[in-house]
Amino acid sequence: MTETFQFAALAPVLPEISLAVGAMVLLMFGAVMKDRALNFVSVMSILLLLAVGYWVSTMPSDKAAMGGSFISDDFGRFMKVLTLTGSAFAILLARGFLTAPGRVLFEFPILIVLATTGMMIMISAGDLIALYLGLELMSLSLYVVAAIDRENVRSTEAGLKYFVLGALSSGMLLYGASLVYGFTGTVNFAGIAKEATHGGVGLTIGLVFVLAGLCFKVSAVPFHMWTPDVYEGAPTPVTAFFAAAPKVAAMALFVRVALTAFPTIAPQWQQIIVFVSIASMVLGAFAAIGQTNIKRLMGYSSIGHMGFALVGLASGTADGVQGVLVYMAIYMTMTLGTFACILAMRREGGSVETISDLAGLSRTNPALAFFLAMLMFSLAGIPPLAGFFAKLYVFLAAIKAGMFTLSVIGVLASVVGAYYYLRIVKVMYFDEPAQAFAPMRGELKLVLAISGLLVLLFFIYPSPLVNAAAVAAKSLF
Amino acid sequence: MILPALFFYLFAGVCVASAFMVIASRNPVHSVLFLILTFVNASGLFMLLGAEFLAMILIVVYVGAVAVLFLFVVMMLDVDFVELRQGFLNYLPVGALVGIVVLIELMLVLGGAVISPGAAKSIVTPIPQDISNTGALGLVLYTRYIYFFQAAGLILLVAMIGAIVLTLHHRPSAKRQSIPAQNARNTANSIEVRKVASGEGLQP
Repeated sequence: MTETFQFAALAPVLPEISLAVGAMVLLMFGAVMKDRALNFVSVMSILLLLAVGYWVSTMPSDKAAMGGSFISDDFGRFMKVLTLTGSAFAILLARGFLTAPGRVLFEFPILIVLATTGMMIMISAGDLIALYLGLELMSLSLYVVAAIDRENVRSTEAGLKYFVLGALSSGMLLYGASLVYGFTGTVNFAGIAKEATHGGVGLTIGLVFVLAGLCFKVSAVPFHMWTPDVYEGAPTPVTAFFAAAPKVAAMALFVRVALTAFPTIAPQWQQIIVFVSIASMVLGAFAAIGQTNIKRLMGYSSIGHMGFALVGLASGTADGVQGVLVYMAIYMTMTLGTFACILAMRREGGSVETISDLAGLSRTNPALAFFLAMLMFSLAGIPPLAGFFAKLYVFLAAIKAGMFTLSVIGVLASVVGAYYYLRIVKVMYFDEPAQAFAPMRGELKLVLAISGLLVLLFFIYPSPLVNAAAVAAKSLF
Repeated sequence: MILPALFFYLFAGVCVASAFMVIASRNPVHSVLFLILTFVNASGLFMLLGAEFLAMILIVVYVGAVAVLFLFVVMMLDVDFVELRQGFLNYLPVGALVGIVVLIELMLVLGGAVISPGAAKSIVTPIPQDISNTGALGLVLYTRYIYFFQAAGLILLVAMIGAIVLTLHHRPSAKRQSIPAQNARNTANSIEVRKVASGEGLQP
C-alpha cells in the first residue's frame, strides 16, 4: 500500500517542472516590478521555452515515469519540441500587441508558458487523469488569454464563448473517461488497451465521448462552432497562438489516445475519425469561401487543415502517424508565418482585418505580398511548397491503408479550398492598391522570413523533418 | 449497538426535516441556513459509516465554501423569491415526475445490492480494513499521485492569475492605505498651530 517517493523518479518530468517553476518565478518578478517587467518577462519566457525545447530534444526516451502517467517517447519529444517552438514564436509575435500604449500585460507570456506546461502534460499523458489535467491546464490558460484584451467587447465575448463551450467539451470528455474507466477498470492507456479487447457498448459510448472532447480541442467538425468566433474576436497574436501550439498538442493527444489506449478497437474509432475528417475538410473548404475577415478565414482554414491531418490518423498506421506529424509541423510553420502577415496589416488607425485591405499589396509592399502569396499557395497545397508535401504524406498513408473514398474527398476538398487562398493572392496582385500599411515590426519580419523560407525551401532538404517524424511515429507502434 | 442506531435516526431525521425546510421556508436566508444544517447532518451520517474523510470534506467544501457562497449571493442579489415561487403548482407535476424518477433510480441502486449480494465484493480495488481512509489517501496523494496533485495545483494557479488579469483594475485615482506613510507621520509634520483671527476663519 505504502509507496515511497524518490527524487530520481522526477528526472523525465524535469522539463515540465522547470517550465512551471520558471513561470512562477517570472510571475513573482512581474508582480513586484509591475509595468517595467514586461520586456524582461517576455524575453525570458521565450528563452525559457526555447531552452526547454532544446533540453527535451536531448532527453533519453522510452521511460514511463510517475507510475505510468507520464510517457516520454520519441513521439512525445517530437510534438513537445514543436509546441514549445510554436509557443515561443507566439510570444514573439505578441510583442507589438503587448507594448501598445496603455496596456500592461506581463501575465500574457506567463499564461502562455503555463499553457505550454499543460500541453506537455497532455502530450506525455499515459492515463486518463493526466490527459484531463493537462487539457484543463492548457484550456484554462487559453480562456484567459482569449479574453485578455478585457476592454474590448469582442475579446471578452470570445473568451466567454470559448470558456462555456470548452467547459461543455470537458464535461463530455470526463463523462467518456468515466465510462471507459467503468468498463475497463483502469485509467492507464496500456491497461485500457489490454481490457478493451472485449469491446462492448459501454466502452464504445465512452470512446465516442472521449473523442468528442478531443475533437473540440482540435476544432474538428461537428465540434468546430467556436473556432471562427474565437479566432475573430480574440486579439490577433492570441489567435496566432491558438492556431499553432494548442492545435499541435491536442492533435498529439488525439493520436496518442487513439493508438495507445484503443488500438484493439481500432475499426470503431476509425469510422468516427473518417467521418470527422471528411466533415472538417468539406466544411473548411466551403464555409471559408464567403468570408471577408481574414482571421475568420484562418479559423475555417484551420478546421479544414485539422481534417487533412486526421486523414493520416484515420489510416491508423505508422505511415499515417508520420503523415500527421509532418502535417502538424508544416501547418504550424505556415500558420505562424501567415499570422505574422496579418499582424503586419496595420495603418495609422490601428489593425485592419478584412481581405479587401490587402488590395494591391504587391505594389505597396512587394516583399510582404510575395511571402503571403507563397504561404497561401502552401496552405492550398500547391507543389513544390511545403504544404503540398504535408498533404502528400497523409494521403499516401490513407491510400496505402485502402481508404480511397477518404483520399478522393480530401483531394477534392483541397481543390475547393484552393479557391479562397488564391482569391487572397488575386486581391494582392491584381486589385487597385489600397492605402499602404505601416512599416512592419522587426520581429514580425523575422518570423515571416523564417516561416516563408522553410515553406519555400522544404522540398530541397525534407529528410530531417520526415525522418524525425518517422522515428517518432514508430515509437507508438 | 443501540447508540449508533440512535445517532443514525437523529442525523437522518434532522437531515430530512431540514431538507424539507430548505424548499418550504419563505425566507431565502433561512433556506440556506437549513441547507447548511442538512449538510452537517449528512456529514454526521458519513461519520457513522466510517467515511471520516468524506464527512470532513462535506463540511469544508459544502458548508465552508458552497453554502457561504449561496448565502452571499442570496444577500447580494435582490431576488424576489415570492415572485419565483408563483406558479409552484403549475410546475408541481413535472417536479413530482423528476422526483419519482430519482426515487426509482435510487431504489434500483439499492435493489441491486439485494438482488446480487456478492456485487459489493467484486470491486476492482478492495477496501483495506486496517487503515482509515484519510490515512489511505494521505499515503498515496503525495507519492503515487504527486504528479496529479501538482498539476491540479497549477490549474488553480492559472485560475487565480486569470481572475486577477481579467478583473483587477488599477485606478490611479483610488485612495489606498500606505502603511509606511502612516508610520512616518509624527506630530511635527502633521499638526500645525495657526493663529486664527476672530470672525475671519482660516484660509487653507
